[in-house]
Amino acid sequence: MVDTTMNDKIFNVSMSPHIRDNQSIAKIMWTVIIALTPAALFSAFNFGYRVLIVLLIGMGSAVLFEYLTQKIRKKTITIGDGSACLTGLLLAMCLPPTIPFYMPAVGSFIAIVIAKHAMGGLGFNIFNPAHIGRAALMISWPVAMTTWSKMTTGVDVVSTATPLNILKQQGYQKLIETFGSAPDMYQALFLGTRNGSIGETSTVLLLLGGGFLIYKKYINWQVPVVMVGTVGILTWVFGPAGLFTGDPLFHMMAGGLIIGAFFMATDMVTIPITIKGQVIFALGAGILTVLIRLKGGYPEGVCYSILLMNSITPLIDRFVQPVRFGLRGEAK
Amino acid sequence: MIKSFRGGVHPKDNKSATARKPIETAPLPEVAVIPMRQHIGAASVPIVKKGDLVKKGQVIGEADGFVSSNVHASISGQVIDVGSHPHPIFGKCEAVVISSDGKDEWQEGLPLTRNWEELDAAQLLKIISDAGIVGMGGATFPTHVKSTLQKDKHVDLLILNAAECEPYLTADHRMMLEEGPRIVTGVKIAMKVLGVERCLVGIEDNKKDAIKKMTDAFSGLPVEVVALPTKYPQGAEKMLINAVSGRIIPSGGLPMDVGVVVQNVGTVAAICDAVTQGIPLIERVTTVSGGSIKDPKNIRVRIGTPFREAIEFCDGFLTRPEKIIMGGPMMGMAEPSIDIPIIKGVSGILAIAKGEANTGKEASCIRCGRCVNACPMGLNPSMLSILSERGLYEEAKADYGLFDCAECGSCVFACPAKRNIVQYVKYSKAQNAAAKLKENRG
Repeated sequence: MVDTTMNDKIFNVSMSPHIRDNQSIAKIMWTVIIALTPAALFSAFNFGYRVLIVLLIGMGSAVLFEYLTQKIRKKTITIGDGSACLTGLLLAMCLPPTIPFYMPAVGSFIAIVIAKHAMGGLGFNIFNPAHIGRAALMISWPVAMTTWSKMTTGVDVVSTATPLNILKQQGYQKLIETFGSAPDMYQALFLGTRNGSIGETSTVLLLLGGGFLIYKKYINWQVPVVMVGTVGILTWVFGPAGLFTGDPLFHMMAGGLIIGAFFMATDMVTIPITIKGQVIFALGAGILTVLIRLKGGYPEGVCYSILLMNSITPLIDRFVQPVRFGLRGEAK
Repeated sequence: MIKSFRGGVHPKDNKSATARKPIETAPLPEVAVIPMRQHIGAASVPIVKKGDLVKKGQVIGEADGFVSSNVHASISGQVIDVGSHPHPIFGKCEAVVISSDGKDEWQEGLPLTRNWEELDAAQLLKIISDAGIVGMGGATFPTHVKSTLQKDKHVDLLILNAAECEPYLTADHRMMLEEGPRIVTGVKIAMKVLGVERCLVGIEDNKKDAIKKMTDAFSGLPVEVVALPTKYPQGAEKMLINAVSGRIIPSGGLPMDVGVVVQNVGTVAAICDAVTQGIPLIERVTTVSGGSIKDPKNIRVRIGTPFREAIEFCDGFLTRPEKIIMGGPMMGMAEPSIDIPIIKGVSGILAIAKGEANTGKEASCIRCGRCVNACPMGLNPSMLSILSERGLYEEAKADYGLFDCAECGSCVFACPAKRNIVQYVKYSKAQNAAAKLKENRG
């Protein structure tokens, strides 16, 4: 029987287009979390189960603070979209493994309540919330934030300082000596058998996760390539013994550069919206990182360089706009 | 080299449900509701009254001025009402309602046989104008207006828009496969009207059979078939012209500014009928499809047939549709009811099932940039939507190219936050228009 009677109610008349891609904010956020998972788990293997607790506190408290903030402000609860969980995870991955357990929660509070929701919530925050959380902890508890443990696995246990610390305080020769030789050092940096923040040690696993996001088209490859490349070129040019004597490989793999370039400088909310703008952003972040590493008081500069670039993102967006069709090219 | 344009999206084309199904002729409607507004421009003026007997092909509404179009009876029978009736675009509109006598009789003298090659461009244009032909891709701009050359513009190229880039729709595809001679004659006439020596036919490469068929049909003529990559909105006028000819319409310009006139497949077929047989535009081919339609089809249907009867001809609904759409899913219009008439611009009737559309709750913009990458016009849709939300309509126009937006919907399709950017844009445009009106009034 022909049935056209199913229209007893009025049909939905919302505006075109009537079909959408099967993407969603939640899908993007959870995919980024999955991309970070190998590096996070490797860290737990390296530094011990304590790391897992830090990660869980980071994520759990971030989600809880998001829930409470939205509840109090009588807004829609959006903890399911994964963005708070991702912020908590990224924050925890930027902390030393020895961090006292309450600190990731304090960091999450600052990241979620102040850096994110006080700015208007997801999409409106100017600064990367995880990095704001980390910066706040760094200022509040500098000692706890720079106390590094010995690795528990026993393989190639290096020292209780991060490679960048050794470089800053004792120089490049001492750095090589600590690792034995330059190739040993590169291998340790690449595989992650070195000291550092929870999530920043294994270059290879971070590259894997970042590559996955590029493959899924959730991040543009230009951003990490330009940022890491800029750091590599500048550290090579401005070496310790004059021009073109630096060690770009070391600088590209050391510290938080890889995790920063792939997961923080690609945080879509806080970077320019056009690819051209993003390249400028990455270039600036790379330059600032090198400036802080080579000339500044801190051994590492990724966090602050990205935060500084975040602050000029609206400016970049204002001046770097997409090329409008037919505006310039009247060519026949 | 594969020709295309910057941006765009790749929605699932969903054409397989009807792409291989020959066009079927739908039964005559018992009652045809024929609106006086089926085109862009002034509404036609009804010239029949209640009780009149009309024949198929008879003029029932006369064009009101140049940018307007005649409307003809699509069936023979008696006029039972001239008044306000439901309309797919305007909600309500003046319409002539004809009750069929079942005889389907032509107006006297129709169809005739005419050798179009003996006629000059002005005569051909007059025939096209009288026949009530409008752009049948959905825009419904009167064809005689589009084909009237402006003094300061030199047109040297006709482009046949056979991209049919909207998902689900296959009416143009089937016409190219089944009605090649009509299309070829229509193109030849359209070229003569414009006085151009060259025509390019743009077809998306998901219609390989149509590309071959058209290439064969046009062989020996100064007409070239160009295969275009399947990407939405390949059939958008500016994108199509750019892809097939390399010409770029300046912002705010029209195809004629770059020497081009674009016609749609259905339109040239209608031109052929009007010129060679004297048959006005009283029927069209349309695709009835979507997840909620039991037996999707391409149908030839009389203007004024209710959506309901077209859907019944396709065995009705499988499930209760979430949306009824006139046209394609990207730019078509959602209809509240199926008790509305088919008009000249109905390129498709879609019944979209729940879950077919990937809709979701709108969230705030996360600035992911997908809309910027998708926008074929090189705009920043994210910014346009945010400016609209904040009431900064003037800024959207002045700094962000609001009026360049063709509302193709690529940005909305791509948006993971499910933002209704097209809606924001339409609203901003309306606010700007209102502000301008106010200003003019002083």
